[in-house]
Amino acid sequence: MRRRRGSIAWWLIFLLGVLYFFLPLVATLDFSLKAQPALAAYTNALKDPKFLTSLLYSLVIGLLTIAASLALIVPTAYWVQLRVPRARSLVEFVTLLPFVIPAVVLVFGLIRVYSRPPLPFTHTDIGSSALLVAGYIVLSLPYMYRAVDTGLRAIDIRSLTEAAQSMGAGWLTIILRVILPNLRAALLSGAFLTLAIVLGEFTIANFLARPAFGPYLNLLSQSKAYEPAAVSLISFGLTWLAMIFIAFLGREARTRIEIGGAH
Amino acid sequence: MGFLELSHLQKRFGAFAAVEDFELSAQRGEFVSFLGPSGCGKTTTLRMIAGFEYPDSGSIRIDGKEITDLPPNKRNVGMVFQSYALFPNMTVADNVGFGMRVKKQPRDAIRKRVGELLELIHMPEKADRYPYQLSGGQQQRVALARALAVEPQVLLLDEPLSALDAKIRVALRTEIRSIQRQLGITTVYVTHDQEEALSLSDRVVVMSQGRIEQIGTPSEIYNFPATSFVASFVGTLNLLAARVVDPSAGRLSVEGQEIRAAMPVTGAGSGEIVSVALRPESISLGEGPEGRNRLRGPVTDISFLGSIVRLRIRLGDGPAVSLDTFNDPHLTLPPIGQAVTVSFPPEASLVLDQPAGAPGAGVASGE
Repeated sequence: MRRRRGSIAWWLIFLLGVLYFFLPLVATLDFSLKAQPALAAYTNALKDPKFLTSLLYSLVIGLLTIAASLALIVPTAYWVQLRVPRARSLVEFVTLLPFVIPAVVLVFGLIRVYSRPPLPFTHTDIGSSALLVAGYIVLSLPYMYRAVDTGLRAIDIRSLTEAAQSMGAGWLTIILRVILPNLRAALLSGAFLTLAIVLGEFTIANFLARPAFGPYLNLLSQSKAYEPAAVSLISFGLTWLAMIFIAFLGREARTRIEIGGAH
Repeated sequence: MGFLELSHLQKRFGAFAAVEDFELSAQRGEFVSFLGPSGCGKTTTLRMIAGFEYPDSGSIRIDGKEITDLPPNKRNVGMVFQSYALFPNMTVADNVGFGMRVKKQPRDAIRKRVGELLELIHMPEKADRYPYQLSGGQQQRVALARALAVEPQVLLLDEPLSALDAKIRVALRTEIRSIQRQLGITTVYVTHDQEEALSLSDRVVVMSQGRIEQIGTPSEIYNFPATSFVASFVGTLNLLAARVVDPSAGRLSVEGQEIRAAMPVTGAGSGEIVSVALRPESISLGEGPEGRNRLRGPVTDISFLGSIVRLRIRLGDGPAVSLDTFNDPHLTLPPIGQAVTVSFPPEASLVLDQPAGAPGAGVASGE
């Protein structure tokens, strides 16, 4: 009897969770379909050339952010864990700073420093985009660092590194052939979290006047009624596809490490 | 000059002296074990040979070439770890061939060598398996093959059997020794298990608190321990506090009963207290033939340990002395409390370098 009551409570909590997450989506979907004809908001959004260009721009910026973040964070987290484990709490604190410092402060700081000689980044499109990537690296730091750090903790990096060294491998070989392949699931989850942040980010892109997806969505909502809802759902769908992709790619690697580490 | 030369190695971690004045010269093809309790410096010494730690002073030479300051990937030293350290993302064949791929050897040569090594460890059919699909013993055999693949000058094994269960440990250590003999590779083996060290090694280095206590063949280490630490760490041992009666004649007194050592007592004068080490298996029940040392006291305990039976006999007011006798269905044992005489030859009583702290007797076990 008690078990049945517990089971009902569990289902009730689950249902509340589902409603909390999906009701806004259903409402948005319902609202987006109010345009006449029913799918007009979606066809209009997809027809708008700015939709595709802004989405592609954000995707490219997202990929550059991921590449730069990985190049920065993987060696750092690896070195901290291997050689200076005492510095871990300090590094963790630094990676949490984006939660404390608002994006608007960050972007004004970037503009102030990089809009005048000797580093006038904001004077060119490439320079501004580089600043945008730099800002996104900072914003994604807490997620990317945690994902990589958790992945590193799941494997015995000290022994693996020493085993590879004793067989003649140098640092680059160790990172590329031994460490990175064993971090596949962690890197994928960090990468897609970063992509999700970049696709939805507004403040930095807007102040740097970049043609990104966030400012486009904002602009759309100021001039159209149903299209912003349709575009939001499309971007939500893309993010979900990315998450399913992570789960699919990461499943095999995770199983291998978990079973391998269970001896 | 030896093939592997360790000269005056010192290593400190802050105020803690991990290794002090370590000296060893191992011949080509020799199997040397570092034996000692946790924290004695054996693994640190091994890691200095591998290049994972650098000595504060001293030098390391392999085949006459100084490697003290070389990074680990330039030393040509193979290492097997307690935790196996197989690469989880690679198959058995890829793990074994990793070092050869790093050295950019031809693909055909790698395939051939990997095949040979998998034959050597009796696992040719497991080439395509991943580490997580293997048992602990199989993983360690793969780790051994991987370390051997790059044809290292010296093979280092850091407690490779510690994570395995007893039966597999015995089987695998026989296999390790057989492979080592087959390849004639100079090997350094770290263990805290005396049975492992004694059964595998050409020579054993017993260590304590960062220092070498004794270097010798397993027989020398067991039968002629140089210090009371070696005597107590290796095997089971009775340590008797004895008063020197006549040093030149080797005459001693244990709880008022006189015994004789085979050699004169050096380093202690008449009336001084010394430690006498006595293996339980060298003591027999009964008076034995003429010329043997004899001690008398009541039986306080009898333990059946499978193939042997261990009796404990109290000498005066001190603790008991143990003696081992082979188990036999027809063995007649004295009842507990009965006074018995035990005997042992003078050469079985070894006077150790350090005097005992207080009169009495004790049993130390390295098991």
